[in-house]
Amino acid sequence: MKFTEEHEWLLPEGDLVVVGITAHAAEQLGDLVFVELPEAPMTVSKDDEVVVIESVKAASDIMAPLDGEIVEVNEAIVDNPTLVNEDPLGEGWFFKMKLADPSEMDGLLDEAAYKALID
Amino acid sequence: MSELSRTPLYDLHVELGAKMVPFAGYNMPVQYPLGVMKEHLFCRANAGLFDVSHMGQVILRGADYSDVARAFEGLVPMDVLGLGLNRQRYGFFTNDAGGIEDDLMFANRGDHLFVVVNAACKVADIARMKAGLSGVEVIEVTDRALLALQGPKAERVLEALAPGAAEMRFMDVATLSWNGVDLWVSRSGYTGEDGYEISVPNANAADLARALLASDDVEPIGLGARDSLRLEAGLCLYGNDIDATTTPVEAALTWGIQKARRTGGDRAGGFPGAEQILREMAEGATRKRVGLRPEGRAPMRAGTLLYADESSDQTIGKVTSGAFGPSIEGPMSMGYVDKDQSATGTRIFADVRGKRMPAEVVAMPFLPANFKR
Repeated sequence: MKFTEEHEWLLPEGDLVVVGITAHAAEQLGDLVFVELPEAPMTVSKDDEVVVIESVKAASDIMAPLDGEIVEVNEAIVDNPTLVNEDPLGEGWFFKMKLADPSEMDGLLDEAAYKALID
Repeated sequence: MSELSRTPLYDLHVELGAKMVPFAGYNMPVQYPLGVMKEHLFCRANAGLFDVSHMGQVILRGADYSDVARAFEGLVPMDVLGLGLNRQRYGFFTNDAGGIEDDLMFANRGDHLFVVVNAACKVADIARMKAGLSGVEVIEVTDRALLALQGPKAERVLEALAPGAAEMRFMDVATLSWNGVDLWVSRSGYTGEDGYEISVPNANAADLARALLASDDVEPIGLGARDSLRLEAGLCLYGNDIDATTTPVEAALTWGIQKARRTGGDRAGGFPGAEQILREMAEGATRKRVGLRPEGRAPMRAGTLLYADESSDQTIGKVTSGAFGPSIEGPMSMGYVDKDQSATGTRIFADVRGKRMPAEVVAMPFLPANFKR
């Protein structure tokens, strides 16, 4: 699993990557009450704002971590946004992407580097 | 920036794992480990304990209650003289333009008037009372904390500690005894639930909070859930939903102006802005505070602009408070709209992140209140 400085995680799954937000981010945001996902498939560039989430506190944007195509989104978190708080690294995933250049994953943070970032 | 003040419960909040934030010059708990959503739902199902010690507690003393009440009527458009012994009322200070300078609660305690005002306004309120109440001693109570115990199990929990709580009705006030400590209790609150606000000496505040929290039916509740609870109850937050530029008529708070102070009443007018406010009561105001239920799930937050239709550039108003309501399981907002769009059932549109999203004007509260009348 890799991480971004924007508190997203990426987990390879076959030729796709699953993307979500970290437990740290979920805790900081507080209980989510609203999630707006993009319509798959959608071609995206790194840092495009692709998801809107609202917690009990405020609205935030989730950005595409790398260039590629969003091929599947997790409708379960639209119906039940608190899934993101309950299981951010599992059932609370946001979308699956086919990366334009899978080698770009190597440039992201590993777990130790992400932990160092949030400590 | 000057240093933040702490309430007598500061150490307890930290011990309970609260996330502390600056609020009205105080370091206050915004949430505890339970989280805003669960705190909100727990309070509606059981009882929640809130630290509201940042609010101002003020004693107004004069020759007798009626002297103080008459003077106080010069600052607020409420019937203070007609308030029964050990009864409490909602009120607000007005300014010469008819705007609201602060909202407050006041109680007839026989030999004095007891007033609770908002934290952010208390310095100005006390100055206003000192300047505006001749022959009245204005005493800020700084040696007492203020707790709120709110929710359907509040009665049972407080009665077990301080007998007499159960027999109070909504808006009654009483002095109850807990372990020999005098508690100044009112049966009221800011959640739409039955419950109490409890003034307790600073030295005993943490012990009382611990005694209340010892019950499985009580959890501490932070400012986050306090805000969603009050919004579901349709209650105004001073500084957001009402301020010096909103009149009581615009704010739909004329229910707080009793007959005696209205045109034709025994003591009509005689408060700041009376001419403007009484004229608006007769003729109506150009805008009105309303409740809004967005049609989707996206909350329409404070500052969101409102429109009559999907394409018009002309705003008809603005959201002043907006959040997700955990108990109503959906988003809710309140805000001001032009009079023409203020009728219940009117469909209006809000600009949410550049998209026009529909919402319906609805009656408040969003969730029916649960008071012990």
